[in-house]
Amino acid sequence: MGLSKNHQLLSKIATNDRHGENSPYFDGWKAYDQNPYHPSKNRDGVIQMGLAENQLCFDLIEEWIRKNPKASICTAEGVNEFKNIANFQDYHGLPEFRQAVANFMGRVRGNRVRFDPDRIVMGGGATGANELITFCLADPGDVFLVPSPYYPAFFRDIGWRTGVQILPVDCDSSNGFVITKAALEAAYEKAQEDNIKIKGLLIANPSNPLGTVLDTETMRSLVSFVNEKNIHLVSDEIYSATVSGSPTFTSISEIIEGMECNRDLIHIVYSLSKDMGLPGFRVGIVYSYNDAVVSCARKMSSFGLVSSQTQHLLASMLSDEEFVGKFLSESSKRLAKRRSMFTEGLEEVEISCLKSNAGLFVWMDLRRLLEKQTFEDELVLWRVIINQVKLNVSPGSSFNCSEPGWFRVCFANMDDDTVEVALERIRTFVRQAKKGKAQVKNKRLQNNLKLSFSSRRYDESVMSPHMMSPHSPISLSPLVRAKN
Amino acid sequence: MRQLSTKATCNSHGQDSSYFLGWQEYEKNPYDEVRNPKGIIQMGLAENQLSFDLLESWLTENPDAAGFKRGGESIFRELALFQDYHGLPDFKKALVEFMAETRGNKVSFNPNHLVLTAGATSANETLMFCLAEAGEAFLLPTPYYPGFDRDLKWRTGVEIVPIHCTSSNDFQITESALEEAYQEAHKRNLRVKGVLVTNPSNPLGTTMSRSELNLLINFITAKNIHLISDEIYSGTVFRSPGFVSVMEVLKDRNCDNTQVWNRVHIVYSLSKDLGLPGFRVGAIYSNDEMVVAAATKMSSFGLVSSQTQYLLSALLSDKKFTKNYLSENQKRLEQRHKMLVRGLRKAGISCLESNAGLFCWVDMRHLLRSNTFDAEMDLWKKIVYAVGLNISPGHSCHCAEPGWFRVCFANMSEKTLNLAMQRLKAFVVDSTAKLNNHHSSKNSKRKSSPKWVFRLLSRDCHRDRESDER
Repeated sequence: MGLSKNHQLLSKIATNDRHGENSPYFDGWKAYDQNPYHPSKNRDGVIQMGLAENQLCFDLIEEWIRKNPKASICTAEGVNEFKNIANFQDYHGLPEFRQAVANFMGRVRGNRVRFDPDRIVMGGGATGANELITFCLADPGDVFLVPSPYYPAFFRDIGWRTGVQILPVDCDSSNGFVITKAALEAAYEKAQEDNIKIKGLLIANPSNPLGTVLDTETMRSLVSFVNEKNIHLVSDEIYSATVSGSPTFTSISEIIEGMECNRDLIHIVYSLSKDMGLPGFRVGIVYSYNDAVVSCARKMSSFGLVSSQTQHLLASMLSDEEFVGKFLSESSKRLAKRRSMFTEGLEEVEISCLKSNAGLFVWMDLRRLLEKQTFEDELVLWRVIINQVKLNVSPGSSFNCSEPGWFRVCFANMDDDTVEVALERIRTFVRQAKKGKAQVKNKRLQNNLKLSFSSRRYDESVMSPHMMSPHSPISLSPLVRAKN
Repeated sequence: MRQLSTKATCNSHGQDSSYFLGWQEYEKNPYDEVRNPKGIIQMGLAENQLSFDLLESWLTENPDAAGFKRGGESIFRELALFQDYHGLPDFKKALVEFMAETRGNKVSFNPNHLVLTAGATSANETLMFCLAEAGEAFLLPTPYYPGFDRDLKWRTGVEIVPIHCTSSNDFQITESALEEAYQEAHKRNLRVKGVLVTNPSNPLGTTMSRSELNLLINFITAKNIHLISDEIYSGTVFRSPGFVSVMEVLKDRNCDNTQVWNRVHIVYSLSKDLGLPGFRVGAIYSNDEMVVAAATKMSSFGLVSSQTQYLLSALLSDKKFTKNYLSENQKRLEQRHKMLVRGLRKAGISCLESNAGLFCWVDMRHLLRSNTFDAEMDLWKKIVYAVGLNISPGHSCHCAEPGWFRVCFANMSEKTLNLAMQRLKAFVVDSTAKLNNHHSSKNSKRKSSPKWVFRLLSRDCHRDRESDER
């Protein structure tokens, strides 16, 4: 059976590369999988810093679950609810779940806004939610503006099955990577000239990979922009509770309270994967101020409802006001502590990061370590970091960054000891680099790395799989290894 | 510029169909034994509510699965973090073994060929995305599950072309019907990418015969197209003939590792067989590695909650439990099926002989004022509003003949089912009386009732005795 014949039998979507997983950036993931760091068994292994997971507060959640056996439909205390919950497949979702999520979202925003539980629609994780809102708002061929650098898997989530395209709007370090109205206008005008139909603007606030929150003025200008052009604004706020200190997080929901705005254009995507560290539970939320969108999205949510078992557990957990208060405050503290531990460690060797107070990562500035300010050199440096320094970090080009030399480094998916090990390795590497012992223009290294990178911005078929929040073909979860 | 997408503003979600309208009416006025005894009884929901007690007792005996523990050790953290689209290996292994068990272990499945999805709803849509696109079509035998209009067509742009089946041969698929559908697709300028069947059938409640399955395999081989076999009711077969999966027939024909082997895909779910629709557990099984690879990536949009995967992997790995559950559940379904059939007969109504599923395909053609879908709709409205039963009209299942209705029997208590049957009988008797009066006033000399009334009266006498003796 020839490949081409097989190709014909399958759809274009099934056989194209828009899932984004075929990428030369696989090396980072592979290197980690082949040689994963372990604090006692493999202290020389590769440390995974390419995974934006929040592992800092499981103890709080576990404690709550232990104390609340009724929240599980499988315990003696909770099993009387089993039948009703197991049978519940209404795409409206459990009312108590929606109410609890609405309350939680309000709490995260300091109760400065209230969310209507009837506007809460479920999605299969933020991944499913982003695809879902796109299906509601845009047709194949339509385009969404997305400020760069952006989360690589938006390419898949917004575009793979929907046929919608992303038009990046470049932001750079000259102003801390903040999106400007000028940049948006320029992108929009160019699109008009090229006969490209812009349907909306997608922002991530707090930003992945920057770890920054958007300021009020910028947000107001974004709202004006979308109102002027009559396009949609989707605000992906999945990192909203990972903010510590100032500046505080301002949600789009707050901005629209204070200004003229056609609310039919405003939509929020949320999830519990980052704020609560529960990516396995697949809790994605679409919140829209547009009634028609809510209605359509709800019907479409049939394709990715949240397990009723999970809805039930979380409804109980998130309506526990005391727990939520304690969790949010403690989580924020621990993230702040981890963030400063890491950034201070980097500062010791004069590595700076973009000033940030949100997210599960830092945006590390390694431009001065590049021989030339090119993406080719960024890749070379990246491979050195993976193979020599043995850290899996994510190069800025995979986030569509317009400036070479930036790297996203995750810090919340490991314990303190591992962070220390990582910092020590970085310190060693930088000192050696200064002494010229590990020059990034080392020809031998370059030849071994088999680069196949041809353009400044990798084309749409080139992506970093591990950044799509681990859908890598190889999983090192102990639940997978444990089967053997 | 149009504000929302075309998909958001069209009707392809299929929710304006009577299938869903009935639900809405039910929701406005739901029957409750105590609080609303005159409300509408839901008989349009193919749920299996008969065997929760078996699941509940397993849970009380297996606290580890409940408490995120393995061997007493907490694995909460690992589960909370687990979002690998390959799925929990233990769960997939247990699931494929369960699938083999419902097929009498005549076939076995490789867990690496299984893709987990958020329910069969997602599995069916994902397969469409993998196998077809706008401008292409899948052939489906009618009558079919109304939700397919949404699941297969809405966001994918794929079309459905019906393979018309009729009561003349108990709605079985024929070669000529297949060919006709294929030609019809061509007339509509649609490239046929495959056939999708539900086996056991929804709404018929029948299992496919080997000859039908062989016919299908011959057809897809000749046309070089796919076959999707939605087997989500495979564990609900309560009577002979037993369930024969398309995989079994392929194996018998020594089709392993041939081209056609790679073009047959199965959809499965735990919503019907285990009665767990809330947990959103669906699966695609394919022998084609490219389909598995593409579907696996797509499952990112609707993964199964790790919490649920873990619970069910423990449940399904307990072979003693699964064996007992399948057997006991089937007994209960059979009993319930008999109750419905008997109750219908007392009302002078027959149904298609069936051996599976959570519903019967009921013949109410004799109650239509004319052999039209308008008449069917009128009858349906009477049954929903006047009789107070939400049943699904054949038209919503794309049935070619008016007068058939799907009536569910496993989503309510016995008492409620009996009440539903009483209401139906009262309605039929009342309609008969009205019809008689109508006829008498029209033909004052002739006093005979329509033939079906005689059948009604005679059935009452004979069949009751028969069924009591079984």
